[in-house]
Amino acid sequence: MTAVLTITGLTMDFGGLRAVDNVNLDVRQGEIVALIGPNGAGKTTLFNCITGIYKPTAGDIVATPPGGPAKTIHGLKPNQVTEIGLARTFQNIRLFSNMTVLENVMIGRHCRTTSKILGAVLRDGHTRREEAEIVAFSYQLLERVRLERHVNDFARNLPYGAQRRLEIARALATEPFLLLLDEPAAGMNPHETKELDELISRIRAEMDISILLIEHDMKLVMNISDRIFVMEYGKEIAVGTPLEIRGNPKVIEAYLGEEAHA
Amino acid sequence: MRKFFTLAEMKKSLLMAVWFIFLTFPIMVVRVNPIYKVVEWRWQNLVLVGVSAFFLSFLWRYFLAYKKPAPAKSPLETSARKGKLSELQRHPAARRAGIFLAATLAVAFPYIFSTYQVNIMTTALIYVVLGLGLNIVVGLAGLLDLGYVAFYAVGAYSYALLNFHFGLSFWVCLPIGAAMAALFGIILGFPVLRLRGDYLAIVTLGFGEIIRLVLENWNEFSKGPSGIAGIPRPGIVGVEMSLNTSSIFLYFLMIGLALLTILVVTRLRNSRIGRAWIALREDEIACQAMGVDKTKTKLTAFALGATWAGMGGVIFAAKTTFINPASFTFLESAIILSIVVLGGMGSIIGVIASAFILILLPEYLRAFSEYRMLIFGAVLVIMMVFRPQGLISNVRQTYRFKGLQEENKEGDIK
Repeated sequence: MTAVLTITGLTMDFGGLRAVDNVNLDVRQGEIVALIGPNGAGKTTLFNCITGIYKPTAGDIVATPPGGPAKTIHGLKPNQVTEIGLARTFQNIRLFSNMTVLENVMIGRHCRTTSKILGAVLRDGHTRREEAEIVAFSYQLLERVRLERHVNDFARNLPYGAQRRLEIARALATEPFLLLLDEPAAGMNPHETKELDELISRIRAEMDISILLIEHDMKLVMNISDRIFVMEYGKEIAVGTPLEIRGNPKVIEAYLGEEAHA
Repeated sequence: MRKFFTLAEMKKSLLMAVWFIFLTFPIMVVRVNPIYKVVEWRWQNLVLVGVSAFFLSFLWRYFLAYKKPAPAKSPLETSARKGKLSELQRHPAARRAGIFLAATLAVAFPYIFSTYQVNIMTTALIYVVLGLGLNIVVGLAGLLDLGYVAFYAVGAYSYALLNFHFGLSFWVCLPIGAAMAALFGIILGFPVLRLRGDYLAIVTLGFGEIIRLVLENWNEFSKGPSGIAGIPRPGIVGVEMSLNTSSIFLYFLMIGLALLTILVVTRLRNSRIGRAWIALREDEIACQAMGVDKTKTKLTAFALGATWAGMGGVIFAAKTTFINPASFTFLESAIILSIVVLGGMGSIIGVIASAFILILLPEYLRAFSEYRMLIFGAVLVIMMVFRPQGLISNVRQTYRFKGLQEENKEGDIK
């Protein structure tokens, strides 16, 4: 299996604070990789570095689309990273709340379509066809995450769990080869978490997308991931399969503190 | 709706009345006559103030309570709650009838009313175009622009100067004015790409003032505060027009431009680019992360918004035949912004309606002479208190899909 994302020696400083310290991470084709760690370990900062929201202080991030050449992506703008084929969701939901559910997903198609101002004004054949394709494609994605019932509702009016799924659908609309999910199960009840578990597995199986996710729900993480990276204080402290991580004393210490030894 | 005429409410109104009596006592009741050195006590005014304050405060709170929607039964139901105006807009028959009525009225207007009225209407139509243009920047893309009048000035001066120096005609200058304004839109756009909200507002405000001050002080270029006179009205080659026919011609020209603006802005709003603007307004970071180029999107919003101001400016110069920097003060920007906010951010019908209200109201209130600006201000305040989202708020395009029709119908019945 080839790697779709390779991070080497990534460091991110905020003033004097080193939020991410020399982290190496890789995601292979078709893998579900979890990134875990206590609060403030630098997981979301790492995500922001990958997706171009932050420019890392040092280190390399290389993305390799399946069947394509490797591309260095650190220092690119967020929209350029998305164009290459990495799409993300956010820890605190960032939907376009005054747009409809369908329109939210349609925004995801922006970087895969080309209509210009003149086309929009004249509504020529190309623009109309493209618009119809955008609607059809987005609707299919909504069916996939079971939100087709809410097509014309405002995104802000959706229940919490549905908003999370809509964010995933919106990210999928950009046709990524790697999906980055930032705490997708946060605030979900056990039933919703189980649905999410199935959804993520389905995305990987049916759409051939690799997944990197940050998550605190250990049951979900252990269930779903092929490999787990553990971070603490910006450093990477362990890598391995769920079974290896479960027994790793360093991880237990990071999560439970010193008392775990007793 | 809860019971309103309770004792507690009465008490509140009574307190309000007492408070107003106290506040207005020195000016409404006491009058000192300095000539005869007597103090006049006008007690009847005290009663008048008390009673009207009592009833007005009652009315005020009644409407406020009325405005507050009943707690929604389910969170999804709120999406069905929309204003009556927007509901009307959805009805195809009512819509067609409304358009037909408006069209007939628009065509017949110059033949029914005087030239004076036609000129007022032309002005109102210019503001419709300006409002729709600013609506792109503020309403759709969410970029608070307080210097919009600068682009209006660029358009007006483009025509005035090109005509003065090179004798270029109105028809040549209309696209040039639009292009110049778009160029200035981009020039403004670049430095403010990183700014949002208050900061952006201040920079655009400064930009508007810079343009005005340059025009005012650079005498060799713009003839300074004395302005440029004798700008020709638009005409058709070979046709002589009287003042009256030329106003009517300008009126129809403006109707045409307004229709073009409406068409273009509507199409843009429901296009790939329009969606990107709205997404940018809603959440900049998420918008970028979803693959929208922030720089390009913002610059197109500034440029396309400015284009309409440029065209409006050219027509303004042609209509008044004289321009000077005094026509392009911050107050103009504020009025255009009020049109957008009052109409409802992003709503096209709303902006058109509020442009007419805000421009025609002060004109037709001239009968009330000194009270007209007071009434105008009161209308603004009342509108914003009772309908902060504007006349028409946030109506999005809906789509229909096979297999969903039944559920949609069910939704309609609710």
